[in-house]
Amino acid sequence: MRLMTAIVKPFALGDVKAALERLGVLGMTVSEVQGYGRQKGHTEVYRGAEYAVDFVPKVKIEVLVDDEVVDKVIDAVVHATRTGKIGDGKVWTTPVETVVRVRTGERGSDAI
Amino acid sequence: MDALNNGDTAWMLASTALVLLMTPGLALFYGGMVRSKSVLNMMMMSLGAMGLIGVLWVLYGYSMAFGNDVGSGLLGNPAENAGLQGLFVGTYTGDSPDYPLSGSIPALAFVGFQATFAIITVALISGAVADRMRFGPWLLFAGIWATIVYFPVAHWVFAFSSADGSVVGGWIANDLKAIDFAGGTAVHINAGVAALALAIVIGKRRGWPREAMRPHNLTLVMLGAGLLWFGWFGFNAGSALGANGTAAFALVNTIVATSAAMLAWLLVERIRDGKPTSLGAASGIVAGLVAITPACSSVSPLGGIAIGGITGALCALAVGLKYRFGYDDSLDVVGVHLVGGLAGTVLIGFFADPGSPAAVAGLFYGGGVDQLWRQVVGALAVLLYSGIVTAIIALLVKAAIGLRVTPEAEATGIDETEHAETGYDFSSLRGGGGLGTARPPVTRTPGQVPATAGKES
Repeated sequence: MRLMTAIVKPFALGDVKAALERLGVLGMTVSEVQGYGRQKGHTEVYRGAEYAVDFVPKVKIEVLVDDEVVDKVIDAVVHATRTGKIGDGKVWTTPVETVVRVRTGERGSDAI
Repeated sequence: MDALNNGDTAWMLASTALVLLMTPGLALFYGGMVRSKSVLNMMMMSLGAMGLIGVLWVLYGYSMAFGNDVGSGLLGNPAENAGLQGLFVGTYTGDSPDYPLSGSIPALAFVGFQATFAIITVALISGAVADRMRFGPWLLFAGIWATIVYFPVAHWVFAFSSADGSVVGGWIANDLKAIDFAGGTAVHINAGVAALALAIVIGKRRGWPREAMRPHNLTLVMLGAGLLWFGWFGFNAGSALGANGTAAFALVNTIVATSAAMLAWLLVERIRDGKPTSLGAASGIVAGLVAITPACSSVSPLGGIAIGGITGALCALAVGLKYRFGYDDSLDVVGVHLVGGLAGTVLIGFFADPGSPAAVAGLFYGGGVDQLWRQVVGALAVLLYSGIVTAIIALLVKAAIGLRVTPEAEATGIDETEHAETGYDFSSLRGGGGLGTARPPVTRTPGQVPATAGKES
């Protein structure tokens, strides 16, 4: 089992959700986050004074997936979010030791 | 003695409510401009002024401003109408009611109308000290400032002598004859220079100007600007003290000068920064309202456009002065109210139109510099008196009880440390709760305010 984490531009969330639904992925967890990568932040102007906004709003998507489908899921997310411009985000996976479905007590792949 | 006029009275009662609404409007305007951790304190400084000045006005403020002059047009007699004595004698009911009038309206209608001016003038100052001034010292400062700065200056500017000479008013209105219809000097120059003095005495916010201190809610700012414009019709058209042609004249100028100022501010931003901003539009509105306040009865609507446009552009540039000179006038009370008040007051000397209700000719209408020097002297007199006395008051309060919160409190947020509240709860945890799992008893740390505060009994 793997945890796929994607940090993407907020407007890409709908496309990612649609792409994952097409693959049969049944759930996801989304959080609003802020951060920066190579694109850094942007500047805003208030009454003529410039402010550097270092942390840009992003969406963090977390999905638990089986090992067999992990590459397809990554490809789907990358395909759905790529604009080719700086700031598109990142996708990565980490191994997951245990998953438990709280309602039934199922463990492992059955709980995904 | 004029007779009571129902139409005038109705308009003045409505105007009083309009001007009173400006102070909560100002609270929104200022509150949206600070960081979210200080929004409540910012608003509470305005509401605090409503509480304190409303009471002081009745106790002795009205009498100091509009009581019979005690010498040289500098001060009204504080004892004459203390507690509003002498203003509510007579009969109020029956076929021939008989009670004190002020012109064609009940004296108490004038008292109420002018109370709202005193309140907002004090509240305006608070924009300079965002995020860092303790609430107690603010109220102490506000009370002393109203007493020895606003009430006397209101006497200078707003107290007109009666035609028969039985009541003597202030020197700017009657001897200098500077035109200040609704308070360019007494309200805006006065509050603006006081804000400068207080900001210098209290010092900069921690991290200013190195750290970004963005407005946290520009929609509140826009709402506040809208309420200010709405209420300002009472401020300016109400200053005609009747439902008449002068009021209508002032009302039209209050629309058109404000519109022009907003456009001018946005134009400056478009040229200088590349983008017209919503904060710029809101600020331009206020700058225009400030500028036309003294001038709305003395310039033609085209003159109003000129004054609004000039002042809007000037204020858009003036808000940058604090970075050059290093004073943390947090919400630009100086850049908008002092600069806008000075511009509006002095420009009357150029644009005054003999066809207006004030019937005075300025420099551009063949009147020479006669009105211009009167405007400059009036503006400078208020500027110097208020600036110097405010600095002394601020230093005294600072020496007596201090002005600022601690550095820790300032970093944490003044809402929490001064008021034990936070402005917003956007927590997705929805305040906890649960289905009854046993949990440890609540322990209270010293100084903590219990959640049930005020509910014990």
